[in-house]
Amino acid sequence: MQIGEMVGIVLSIVGALLAAFIASKAYTGPYAFHMIVFALAGLGSAAFIYKQYTIRPAVTPQEINGKPNYNYGPIKFSSVAAVIWGIAGFLVGLIIALELAFPDLSMGLPWINFGRLRPLHTSAVIFAFGGNVLLATSLYVVQRTCRARMAGALSPWFVVLGFNLFIVIAGTGYLLGITQSKEYAEPEWYADLWLTLVWVTYLLVFLATLWKRKEPHIYVANWFTLAFIVTIAMLHLGNNAAIPVSIFSPKSYIVWSGVQDAMFQWWYGHNAVGFFLTAGFLAIMYYFVPKRAERPVYSYRLSIIHFWALVFMYIWAGPHHLHYTALPDWAQTLGMTFSIMLWMPSWGGMINGLLTLAGAWDKLRTDPVLRMLVVSIAFYGMSTFEGPLMSIKVVNSLSHYTDWTIGHVHSGALGWVGFVSFGALYCLIPWVFNRRLYSLRLVNWHFWIATIGIVLYITAMWVSGILQGLMWRAYTSNGFLEYSFIESVEAMFPFYVIRAAGGGLFLVGALIMAFNFYKTIASPEEAEAPEVTPALAPAE
Amino acid sequence: MSLWNKHAIFEKNSIVLLVGILLVVAIGGLVEIAPLFYLKSTIETVDGVRPYTPLELAGRNIYVREGCYLCHSQMIRSLRDEVERYGHYSLAAESKYDHPFQWGSKRTGPDLARVGGKYSDDWQRGHLNNPRSVVPGSVMPRYGFLADAKLDFKHIREDMSVLAIEGVPYTPEMVDKADADVKAQLNPDDAPSIIALVKRYPKAVAHLSLAGADGPTEQDALVAYLQMLGTTVDFKLFDDKANWR
Repeated sequence: MQIGEMVGIVLSIVGALLAAFIASKAYTGPYAFHMIVFALAGLGSAAFIYKQYTIRPAVTPQEINGKPNYNYGPIKFSSVAAVIWGIAGFLVGLIIALELAFPDLSMGLPWINFGRLRPLHTSAVIFAFGGNVLLATSLYVVQRTCRARMAGALSPWFVVLGFNLFIVIAGTGYLLGITQSKEYAEPEWYADLWLTLVWVTYLLVFLATLWKRKEPHIYVANWFTLAFIVTIAMLHLGNNAAIPVSIFSPKSYIVWSGVQDAMFQWWYGHNAVGFFLTAGFLAIMYYFVPKRAERPVYSYRLSIIHFWALVFMYIWAGPHHLHYTALPDWAQTLGMTFSIMLWMPSWGGMINGLLTLAGAWDKLRTDPVLRMLVVSIAFYGMSTFEGPLMSIKVVNSLSHYTDWTIGHVHSGALGWVGFVSFGALYCLIPWVFNRRLYSLRLVNWHFWIATIGIVLYITAMWVSGILQGLMWRAYTSNGFLEYSFIESVEAMFPFYVIRAAGGGLFLVGALIMAFNFYKTIASPEEAEAPEVTPALAPAE
Repeated sequence: MSLWNKHAIFEKNSIVLLVGILLVVAIGGLVEIAPLFYLKSTIETVDGVRPYTPLELAGRNIYVREGCYLCHSQMIRSLRDEVERYGHYSLAAESKYDHPFQWGSKRTGPDLARVGGKYSDDWQRGHLNNPRSVVPGSVMPRYGFLADAKLDFKHIREDMSVLAIEGVPYTPEMVDKADADVKAQLNPDDAPSIIALVKRYPKAVAHLSLAGADGPTEQDALVAYLQMLGTTVDFKLFDDKANWR
């Protein structure tokens, strides 16, 4: 047995014992439950490491027949987990959409009230679905573009399994009422510490794989992945700085307060969008679009310019979530200015992605997977135009606090992140499982049903959001506010129903995809032609 | 042309690329966040702003736990219609003891920054139990279960000690008297205890608990929190130029 395996088993058991001890003294039941989950995970981890030890060859070959011996195990796990979490996240989204239209749907039960399910929905789709897509694709792309086997044997498994354990802790925590109320960073201190451990390992696995590369240049997709990993680490540590009430309590208090905490929150929150949901998924675009279209990336120089401009400017945009609040005016204006400038690097990425299809546009007719990828880039362009528009203070005075924001987020989340993820998974799952995709016709159905769903969703939210904003600021000719707040709530009903219908269609599309993957993976036949190594120019 | 070739240093060296990214992403945050810790307008002191009483703090933790901030903001923007609808625009000082802040980002329901005292305790309880009993068009979930849940304040002193470390001016006396203050604030008949409570926490208001011998409920704590929101600063006396430079 190697030293790493022994250390892994010892740490797993020590961790399990520590968690069991904390569970025995926990202040609250839900916290004891979480510590028992950690303890079981520790035992499971020790068993897993031992099992791997018994089945692994004495030395894992780095190459077989002159080709890199790629490590697909953790990628298979994450890509399947992404599909399952995605469906769970879309379903919870549909439930809360219906709860807004029909509020007694939750029957007064605390666990399924809107307030507890909403973080479950956002975390499930962003971190569970999106996070697993990013883990799967980034670990695949870094191996292929470096022509090297992923670094480490147990550590990649620790990354994917540890990340999914974080998801389980976060999600069950929301249902049981464990939250620190920072949007998109709701998990409490112990889950945050665990995620930090997982994330640092992820960075090291990624870097160590880069160090093994056979190519002189680091491929552009990996720049974006590296920016995503490093920046998310910085944001996570800054925004979650907290002091726990006790090691036996799930509760902590964020060290920042008031206006400083608000600024930290949206520095984090906007860049969870910028680096998790944009940089990470642009890395997907830069590998899967050229690969699927069989064309090189349109412009190398454009990718350099828009990469550095994007990572520099995104960080500044946070204050546009705090217009006309107690945040100082100069910070708001700075946030708005950078948000508007951000339009350019965003569209730089869109242009680079779309024009990669130059000479291959005809494939959009025949390949629904490529169509999904391309439409995702179009949605990216649309929502990165809408974002700067909404960051303008005058526009924001109308749009802020309304459903327009929700619509904007979903044109990015469903259209861009969702579609680029689906497109990547339709490529990736057949590749790593070495199977032919079961049905392209079902991909076509998925594409159209989900597209109609997105259009219903975002148009409903545009109308309801702008209507809300206008009703709140409407004055009568005598100079009185025209509407009471509740009148604006009542006016939302039809749009909440249409939105739920749109979300339902999106969910149906994802179910079709899951069926397609099930048939693909369950098929006994291996793919006919072995996959060829992609002809991607790493740089020029 | 030569300039483009220079970029190869990032492409050929992962550590140079990593350090480059870190430097570039650090700048925006430093410029926008660091000044907020010393600019007068963001660390202003305003008369009346005080830490939460132990009962209000427990209620605030329930507000956080149930995700109320997902539908209710606590930040009145400096816009004409908002000031007319909700009251004076929110000051930075009013959330200076909020760890974390609860400004929110969405108004599915109305802003709550100044909801304290607008409705009676009875209205608040009835509304929490079934929002549609008092506001027929409401889409808020029912929170009746809070009236049945016993308030757990065994560890509230530890909570206050942590907040004191983070800069909330809780004195050792306030921490010592926390349990007694929770009970006092729910017993309007106990005049001496309430006088002591108000001395520690000016303008604190006692609320009659309906729970009887079983001890306070989570609803009691939440109502105490809601009823104090926005009540500490007296805007008749507030000098909006005091924090100008």
